[in-house]
Amino acid sequence: MFVAILPAALLTQLPILQVAIPLLAAPVCVLFRRGRWAHDFSLLVTAIASIISVALLQFVFNGGVISYALGGFAPPWGIEYRIDSANAVILLLVSVSGFLALLQSRASIETEIPEQKHPLFYTAFLLCLTGLLGVAATGDAFNAFVFLEISSLATYALVAMGKSPRALTAAFRYLILGTIGASTFVIGVGLLYMATGTLNMSDLATRIPASPHHAVIQAAFALIIVGLGLKAAIFPLHLWLPNVYTFAPAVVTTFLAATATKVALYLLARFVFVIFEDASFAGTLLMPLALLAMFLASLAALQQGNVKRILAYSSIAQIGYMLFALALASTQAVAAAWLLILTHALAKGGLFMAVAGIALQTGSSNLDDWKGIAKQMPWSAAVMVVCFLSLVGVPLTAGFVAKWSLLSAIFSTSESIILAAVVAGVSLLTLLYAGKVLETVYLGTPDEQNATANLREAPLAMLLVALLVAAMNIYFGFNGTMLSDLSKRAALALLSGF
Amino acid sequence: MQHHLVLRVIAKLLFAPILLFAFYVQFHGDFGPGGGFQAGLIFASAFVLHGLLFDVSSARQFLPDRLLQVGAAVGVLLYAGTGLASVLLGGNFLDYDHLAEAPTSGQHLGIILVEAGVGITVACVVVMVFRAFADHLPCLREQDW
Repeated sequence: MFVAILPAALLTQLPILQVAIPLLAAPVCVLFRRGRWAHDFSLLVTAIASIISVALLQFVFNGGVISYALGGFAPPWGIEYRIDSANAVILLLVSVSGFLALLQSRASIETEIPEQKHPLFYTAFLLCLTGLLGVAATGDAFNAFVFLEISSLATYALVAMGKSPRALTAAFRYLILGTIGASTFVIGVGLLYMATGTLNMSDLATRIPASPHHAVIQAAFALIIVGLGLKAAIFPLHLWLPNVYTFAPAVVTTFLAATATKVALYLLARFVFVIFEDASFAGTLLMPLALLAMFLASLAALQQGNVKRILAYSSIAQIGYMLFALALASTQAVAAAWLLILTHALAKGGLFMAVAGIALQTGSSNLDDWKGIAKQMPWSAAVMVVCFLSLVGVPLTAGFVAKWSLLSAIFSTSESIILAAVVAGVSLLTLLYAGKVLETVYLGTPDEQNATANLREAPLAMLLVALLVAAMNIYFGFNGTMLSDLSKRAALALLSGF
Repeated sequence: MQHHLVLRVIAKLLFAPILLFAFYVQFHGDFGPGGGFQAGLIFASAFVLHGLLFDVSSARQFLPDRLLQVGAAVGVLLYAGTGLASVLLGGNFLDYDHLAEAPTSGQHLGIILVEAGVGITVACVVVMVFRAFADHLPCLREQDW
């Protein structure tokens, strides 16, 4: 639809405009004196980015891969932006999540962040968006590092703007761990450059098998997996995540939960399947980590008394699911991983939106303060129900489509009943902590009747966007063919190169 | 005002030459070693030196914090804007060939603009970082030097 309207000259520039427009908009936000203008401006920019990502996705679906030479220097010498089905889907996810998160959160930003910091907040938000889009769009290993750092540095600043003083320590811990991750990643990329003489991802893929420096490449592989593992919060490297999600401003948590770890997982998949082409290694290393993440993080989620923290541990468990699908390494399983990425973004994004609304009105995200809140805030509670059902994977929600395709991938890949039972078992754990939250919200009786009696429903704008996301969870549950088609093409692009 | 008199006099003498040297490094980047990043650091180091030997906040009178913020933003805008200009003139992002009639003068113009953007942003950000740390320290009283 969009592709037909756009002139051909503009169309060839779309890969760079996708990244450059938010990059240019970020410093413009500094110049605004009023937070309100910066908000509207950022909303416009994320809307444009979303439109570009839709156009890119359509273009990729019709015509295959787009290669864009930055500065006119032909790849593999210059920096190449390379859009195929795998990253076009991620670009769409990131830009639409950014748009919806901003659209939802004007009220929560105004209460959580001091007025004079608003322009800088939107600057950091747009830089974070730029970084995540850049990681997804680029076809150059070092450029991916640069964008990973742009998004990470912006994220540290965003997290530190949280209202609680503990946001500072959360941001500092993330800064230290994230910097270690980025360092190991860039050392790995440096070793690859030493062994092959190239930084272009597709050029790396062709040169690595012919390189005589086998040990160097193995070391590079290890360093890159650890670095991206930290960014993606893969199980033993997840320690930064719970505090970041709990203490960051609500809009930041919504955006990060829907996108940041997924972009790192995408890059991991790109390195494992396209550059190193070593899927069996991924299986033996990542499978146990994925299983541990699914179990332990779900159990940890059960122990928490803070709703944001429950959702944060749940995210670690769900990242385990995605990693599990990637570790199976068949086309069907990678497609399931992409489906999990998309549906988890829908479910967790919706949940954090509802939580933001309730936390705004109650002033707390402790489960104890939310007893019986569904009476005062029925719509927010309903959004939570729908998104939790989708997270668990109940039929007729988007989550079911993903979990079902994961189960069928397990049966067609390894025919292992045990693995299938584990997936089903962890879904039961998910049901347990979802049940714990919903029971408190619906059936709990407030400690003091007056405390919650005069609470009102979340602001209309917040509620409408949350309801929209909840509706998307249901819509894609009924009509899963679009998402599964997207994911299938993404998996083919990664594993077969078209 | 008697302590560190030598250092203070030297710092005042050096202030302008350091700024001049920063511009030299900035424009020398066209012909040899140098460029925006180094020039920005040298430019900022003049203000750091001034801040170390005199009052940190007195430099705010002619280089206010808001100006630094705007400068940091304008530098990035200049860099990315140069990239966008080459897109509007029919080339790829940051393809300087299209900025002028002849590709060589286009490349020349492009690199000057981009390096100017880097220089402005680096200078402003380094001064901002210095002030952010220095503002947290208590001011030394005259007799404590």
